[in-house]
Amino acid sequence: MAKSRSIASRVLKDRTFLWACLIATNVAIVVLAVLLMSIFWQGWDTLSWKFVTSFASRKPSEAGILAPLMGSVWVCTICGLVALPLGVGTAIYLEEFAKRTWFTKIVQTNIMNLAGVPSIVYGILGLTAFARMFGVFGTNVDDAITLGNEEGFFFLRLPFGSSVLAGGLTLMLVILPVVIISTQEALRAVPSSLRSGALALGATPWQTVWGITLPAAIPGIMTGAILSMSRAIGESAPLLVLGGLLLVFNTPTNLMSDFAILPLQIYNWAGRPQDEFHAIAASAIIIQLCVLLLFNGIAVFIRQKLQKPLQ
Amino acid sequence: MQSEPTTPPKPAPTQSSFGLGHRAEVPHALSSGPGQAATPMQMAIAVRGFSSWYGDFQALKSLELDIPARHVTAFIGPSGCGKSTFLRWINRMNDTIPSARAEGTLDLHGQNLLEKSLDVVDLRRRVGMVFQKPNPFPKSIYDNVAFGPRLHKTYSRAELDELVEQSLRQASIWNEVKDRLHASALSLSGGQQQRLCIARAIAVGPEVLLMDEPCSALDPKSTLAIEELIESLADRYTIVIVTHNMQQAARVSDETAFFFEGRLIESGKTEMIFTKPRNKQTEDYVTGRFG
Repeated sequence: MAKSRSIASRVLKDRTFLWACLIATNVAIVVLAVLLMSIFWQGWDTLSWKFVTSFASRKPSEAGILAPLMGSVWVCTICGLVALPLGVGTAIYLEEFAKRTWFTKIVQTNIMNLAGVPSIVYGILGLTAFARMFGVFGTNVDDAITLGNEEGFFFLRLPFGSSVLAGGLTLMLVILPVVIISTQEALRAVPSSLRSGALALGATPWQTVWGITLPAAIPGIMTGAILSMSRAIGESAPLLVLGGLLLVFNTPTNLMSDFAILPLQIYNWAGRPQDEFHAIAASAIIIQLCVLLLFNGIAVFIRQKLQKPLQ
Repeated sequence: MQSEPTTPPKPAPTQSSFGLGHRAEVPHALSSGPGQAATPMQMAIAVRGFSSWYGDFQALKSLELDIPARHVTAFIGPSGCGKSTFLRWINRMNDTIPSARAEGTLDLHGQNLLEKSLDVVDLRRRVGMVFQKPNPFPKSIYDNVAFGPRLHKTYSRAELDELVEQSLRQASIWNEVKDRLHASALSLSGGQQQRLCIARAIAVGPEVLLMDEPCSALDPKSTLAIEELIESLADRYTIVIVTHNMQQAARVSDETAFFFEGRLIESGKTEMIFTKPRNKQTEDYVTGRFG
């Protein structure tokens, strides 16, 4: 015969579990708060408009982050603009059009594996494929094929070298698997009854995807995009391999410009012995957090904008 | 069982009894449909030797059936008897299931629907479908109805407004939604959502409306509203309804076809099927002795 459980012990277990969950949540929040407070404590005093608008310098009091700031913005914008269409396109093909063949199964498995590859490996791939282009256009930049005016906005060079384009494309490789997987999840979450409904009205598969499935999946897709972009902004290892420079004295003017990025600049300053550099490293972290919030804000704005008709 | 199932126990389902359909024939022909005159008992769909499979499993076995134009035909039978499968062949929704295939003849106004070359997009414009669970798109009421027409043609704003209103009126939901056409369709009740889905199907101007247990997710009041709607639509559309509800079949349909284990056991006028079935299995089923 089943023994009845006492009410008191069940209530006790219930309470204990609730408290355990609360503590777990608070640990994360407290760590974040301590981190933010220490960063602001260290970096607030050296944070100024001049800091944002100056280039690097050997003297901490004159050093600024304009070059890495603009470098990060350029690289992440290129990364997002390329990764989103490619990733969403791949996911739509795999989820909505592709038949389940051995080929698509292999592709699917590989995407899963790629999502777990360390980012430095992508750096090596980016270096070979984008920066040097396997050496087919010559190994040093003097032999490069150029198109357009080096000073102008339209300037292309093959191979790309350590340019913002090569950097952006390399970061794109890093986040592409995550974008694909999160988009697939978002598409899978759209009830199949909506697809049937559209098909039964005489919609072509493309009209069904564009008119029904994609709009319904947008919130999930944008959430994945936000997480991927956050990762791209903070990523430094692949760009280190690519030759993300530290002493850059101009902001990018075209896709072939050299660039520095914020995480590498922060790493560089934080590693120096002088306290003054630690302070401006903290200031740079504050700026980096602002850039992160800006990119996420744009993504959230797009999500809200596209979600509006659904409410 | 006693009867030989491959040959339906009645001679042919197109016989005299159909001419006595209790609903008055509408004189005007349907807007679409190539060159057909509105004769009293015109057949919309003709099925001959129709079989279908899912992989190795044979879901339908040698069906012989005629479905009259601008009448309501009900498919009844226990779960898994193949009636929904058959319904989904009429607009080729089974194409989305890779293992599904069919043989035989399935003609809509003389056009074989099983041909490989058939344009399923055009077929589904001509054969609308209403699903078991209301499935309005997560868009406004207006955009739900306008979605279908916009797929096929470009309309001016005024034309589209007119079409949306007409469709919603035909689906008897206009009065409930006319003040909030741009509210989300998901804010409607289940019964209203289902009528919206019917309006959506009507909006593309189909000849045939397929309904797959359209009331099974609805409360009795909404069910009544849908049933009344079905009767009012039968003047203009050929309606095929799959239902588990025997009373519903008896109430709304002119013709009834009884399916059992992939075979069409008996079909004919609804009154006959329910009062004087010729087949023992049919009688057992409609009287509730099995199923």
